[in-house]
Amino acid sequence: MLELAAVLFLVSIGVFLLLSLVPGDPAVAVLGEGRTPQEYAAMRHELGLDQPLLARYGDWLGGVLHGDLGTSLVPPQTGVLERIGSALPVSLELAVLGLVLALLIALPLAMWSAYHQGGRADRAISAATFGLLSMPSFLIGIVLIALLVDGLGLFARNEWVRIGDSIGGNLHHAFLPALTIALMEAAMFTRILRGDLVTTLHEDFILAARARGMSPLRIMLSDALRPSSFSLVTVLGLSIGRLVGSTVIVEYLFALPGMGKLVIDAANQGNYPVVQGAVLVIALVYVASNALIDRSYGLLDPRTRRAHA
Amino acid sequence: MTWLTLILGAALLAPLLPLGNHDDSVAGLTQPVFAAPGGLGAAHPLGTNNYGLDVLARAVYGARTSVVIALLAVLIGTAVGGLVGLVSGFVRGTTDRVVGILANALLAVPPLILLIALGTVLDPSVRSIAFALSLLTIPSMVRLARANTITVAQREYVLAARALGAGRVRLMLREVLPNVVLPVLSLSVVMISVLVVAEASLSFLGIGIEQPQPTWGNMIAEGQGGVMQEHPYIVVVPGICLFLTVFSFNLLGEKAQKRWDPRSAKL
Repeated sequence: MLELAAVLFLVSIGVFLLLSLVPGDPAVAVLGEGRTPQEYAAMRHELGLDQPLLARYGDWLGGVLHGDLGTSLVPPQTGVLERIGSALPVSLELAVLGLVLALLIALPLAMWSAYHQGGRADRAISAATFGLLSMPSFLIGIVLIALLVDGLGLFARNEWVRIGDSIGGNLHHAFLPALTIALMEAAMFTRILRGDLVTTLHEDFILAARARGMSPLRIMLSDALRPSSFSLVTVLGLSIGRLVGSTVIVEYLFALPGMGKLVIDAANQGNYPVVQGAVLVIALVYVASNALIDRSYGLLDPRTRRAHA
Repeated sequence: MTWLTLILGAALLAPLLPLGNHDDSVAGLTQPVFAAPGGLGAAHPLGTNNYGLDVLARAVYGARTSVVIALLAVLIGTAVGGLVGLVSGFVRGTTDRVVGILANALLAVPPLILLIALGTVLDPSVRSIAFALSLLTIPSMVRLARANTITVAQREYVLAARALGAGRVRLMLREVLPNVVLPVLSLSVVMISVLVVAEASLSFLGIGIEQPQPTWGNMIAEGQGGVMQEHPYIVVVPGICLFLTVFSFNLLGEKAQKRWDPRSAKL
């Protein structure tokens, strides 16, 4: 826990320093061009930019600890926290949906592939997943749009529906972006899980189960899957970083009002309080979910439980 | 492999090849806009974009930008990360702990978010994008180099050299480094493809290299807003280039890891 706090503290310093180096004057970003120097100076004073760096960092961090991330420089000048509050659920929904879809695709594929190891299906799946891994997520998204939206006319591209307004409408809208995110992760998961399953299937207890006449499906689900999912969980942890990245890109591609769009728009406008706050929140979610994954080893493999106790 | 030689060769020789206009949008005014691909021998074999710039020429020059950036970034990342990892794994103690926390802090921000944050600050030139991307590779390089150094430093021959009176620097460079270089290099080959994707994503989002200088990422971004539906080749050409390049580097990286670093050869 202490190390987590240290890491987050360093991140906050890094984010703050980085963005105080922004070229260009934030006062110009607020007021627009063509004002008098006095007006810019007054605005800089109002923003606290005439204070020394350390004092500004102290102010900002104090605010952060009280849940105040500052105000957006560019209109609408609402609180950064509110902006994040409305954007974060969209991104989380996409990421979770993407992850679930990825597992739904990967588990059967990996089991099928491992059971028919070396067969035609196995080789086809292996080639397909390797190919998918070489596609950046925005390319996957574009291909999906071309195939499903333009080709088959399946999903209309219209305004994002909040999950509170209509669950059906929301899911209908979120499916394609989530699928884009899912495909790449699914390729990774399939390869990892297949590798471990192949090893597990050579173990004695699988042979024993087979000798007792259990069906292949039953063996897979009840005996082979759990001991094989160890690497998968590790990769799951590593994939969260990539997941955040592809969520950002997918939001941009499908014009969804999530964290990614928030950060990118703010970055393009030099709206540094928003970038600072958003990066900090993303880092927090990221670090927390990784810590959570570390804990989950204990659930899968009792041998590691003692280490955490 | 053939593709890699082709694309690297084309990227290297781009100024010598008889290509159309790739970034001068004023001269592009005299050319047809969105000309369809004409095939070999036509004025624009792969067509033109909305400024009348030649898509083939842009794809080749885009390769130049993408590959130069990725290679530069990997070079910086490997050199800095490898060296820091080597020293911190060899010296251990407080240095090691500080380096560990710094590396973890860098890893605590998801890669693309870090890039976007850096993109707010840095001007979009080849040099600064390469610098930003190299920051992505450093933490994992540090970790790998450090882990390998720790195991190697305990071997008998290092002990023997130490007993013969070799100094720290000599031990690190002559005894440990040669055994750490191979796994680090094989990771850097894998990193190239990661960075090519990262650069393309950044340019696609409009934060990386800016128009009219072409990269595959911003070429693909040109297809947005209905352009792709009417002129698919605008997206297809850079998309295929990007895919094949990443695919080849992935294959190369997998081979390199199998050969030089059997432990991490999984996947």
